[in-house]
Amino acid sequence: MDAHFEYVLRLADDQLVLGHRISEWCGHAPMLEEDLALPNIALDLIGQARMLYTHAGEIEGNGRNEDQLAYLRPEQEYRNLLIVERENGDFAHTMLRLFFYASFMELFWEKMLTSSDEVLAGIAAKAIKEVRYHVRHSAEWVIRMGDGTDESARRLEDAYDDLEAYCTEMFEMDDVARDMVAAGIGPDTQALVESWKAKVEAIFREAMLNRFAPVEGHRSGGRKGQHGEEMGFLLADLQYMQRTYPGLNW
Amino acid sequence: MYSQGLIGADTSTEESEEFLRAFQERIDAEQKIEPNDVMPAGYRKTLIRQIGQHAHSEIVGMLPEGNWITRAPTLKRKAALLAKVQDEGGHGLYLYSAAETLGVSREQMTEELHAGKAKYSSIFNYPTLTWADIGTIGWLVDGAAIMNQIPLCRCSFGPYARAMIRVCKEESFHQRQGYEIVMTLAKGSPEQKAMAQESLDRWWWPVLMMFGPHDSDSQHGDQSMRWKIKRFSNDELRQKFVDATIPQAEYLGLTVPDPDLKWNPEKNDGRGGYDFGAIDWDEFWRVVKGKGIMNRERIRDRRKAWDDGEWVREAALAHAQKRAERMAAEQQAAE
Repeated sequence: MDAHFEYVLRLADDQLVLGHRISEWCGHAPMLEEDLALPNIALDLIGQARMLYTHAGEIEGNGRNEDQLAYLRPEQEYRNLLIVERENGDFAHTMLRLFFYASFMELFWEKMLTSSDEVLAGIAAKAIKEVRYHVRHSAEWVIRMGDGTDESARRLEDAYDDLEAYCTEMFEMDDVARDMVAAGIGPDTQALVESWKAKVEAIFREAMLNRFAPVEGHRSGGRKGQHGEEMGFLLADLQYMQRTYPGLNW
Repeated sequence: MYSQGLIGADTSTEESEEFLRAFQERIDAEQKIEPNDVMPAGYRKTLIRQIGQHAHSEIVGMLPEGNWITRAPTLKRKAALLAKVQDEGGHGLYLYSAAETLGVSREQMTEELHAGKAKYSSIFNYPTLTWADIGTIGWLVDGAAIMNQIPLCRCSFGPYARAMIRVCKEESFHQRQGYEIVMTLAKGSPEQKAMAQESLDRWWWPVLMMFGPHDSDSQHGDQSMRWKIKRFSNDELRQKFVDATIPQAEYLGLTVPDPDLKWNPEKNDGRGGYDFGAIDWDEFWRVVKGKGIMNRERIRDRRKAWDDGEWVREAALAHAQKRAERMAAEQQAAE
């Protein structure tokens, strides 16, 4: 597979799958304000995914559009990070995951602003504004939960324990990512680790959460299509209509 | 989306004749009543009930449509549906705020909803079983809501009227979006067309019930009309809706499930209109009283979201408190 196509597809899958997960909250959030904020974040991510899939389809040049890429691949061909496919869990899990991921993506999109792929640079210019809001929103919640009640602090710690294994994958480099660095298309994500740690730990201090930013996680494989058990169920929902009624316009 | 309005509203009031006459004169002069104005207790109570029911309908209404967000057939449809359901939540928020100006809190209203004491539109007690239902809800349920809500933009109570102006703009966008979904199906494959027809068959009669009981059976309509909370009767609005909708169904090549439907040139003062069949009011009252298909599930889901979220709301309050205390302590130390 072409590295450039693969790279954009990975990015598209990340945004789609996290957008899908966050959209599951719609109508079920802890307060009405979050019933508005969470769909908003999901919409941003799905909007980013649409632009990325369209771009990936153009790079591939086989005429696949956003929906063919988003809906019509087998599980092993989805290349998202494992952290985004994890089940939502409680509000602490959802917000801490968003905080870890968005803090990484803020750094990522900043580097992407100068990508030699002008379409990606353009997407980054839009996405950076959105992701800054995601970071702010999720960080505020991490602080409120960590420095809230005993129960909220305990739930935040539980969320940390469940998610810490998944953060390292965000920074992994492989041949595809290295090709992109060489072509000036994408950043060296290893170089983002220190800034990410500093950002995360600053918020942890405000949240009175006595933990380090987790950078030694052992879970990985999403970029090779090796997903967790929950992914099949996510795809069963996502692909339901396209698989049941193939080839129709909706 | 909107509820059938005034079921069970108590419009009784005990103020002096003179006070009521002066209030009525303001209403008749089309003056807007604002939150700090004096108003009959019955007027206040009726509005709290109606705006509360309306707000609850928006919030409960997020559930049947939310049911299809993760299964929407394309990314474009998924984004549009998410945005629509989010709009409904936004409508709920303005409406709770409008009701709060009358001296009731959002929390109180929420508790009444969860306790089964407050009503919401019965239409949301029907399930969304196919993707076509997302189109049908936009086209018909939002269409009926608009019929109900356009006159509410001129409601005598200022905050409600102003909220409705914004809500109506968004609803009319939803209605067009819904119609476009149904049109895509109606022009699609035979199975898509069948999906659209089957959905229309299920929703048609419940949608007609959204306008509420016949005028002859509606107890509180007259007082609400005098106070200009309502501008048209239930039957008038229902007729307008049928007359507007039948040509749309014909354009789509879909058939409304009513063998008694026929054009009557005498109707509407000789301008013509549709005669339609008898509504099953037993079904309507069954659903209002809690025996609809989804009544239990809708309230259970709302309650679950609220209960599961309790620790989150408590954390936010506790944190705000700690922060305020810390700031006060820092200030004291500085002085």
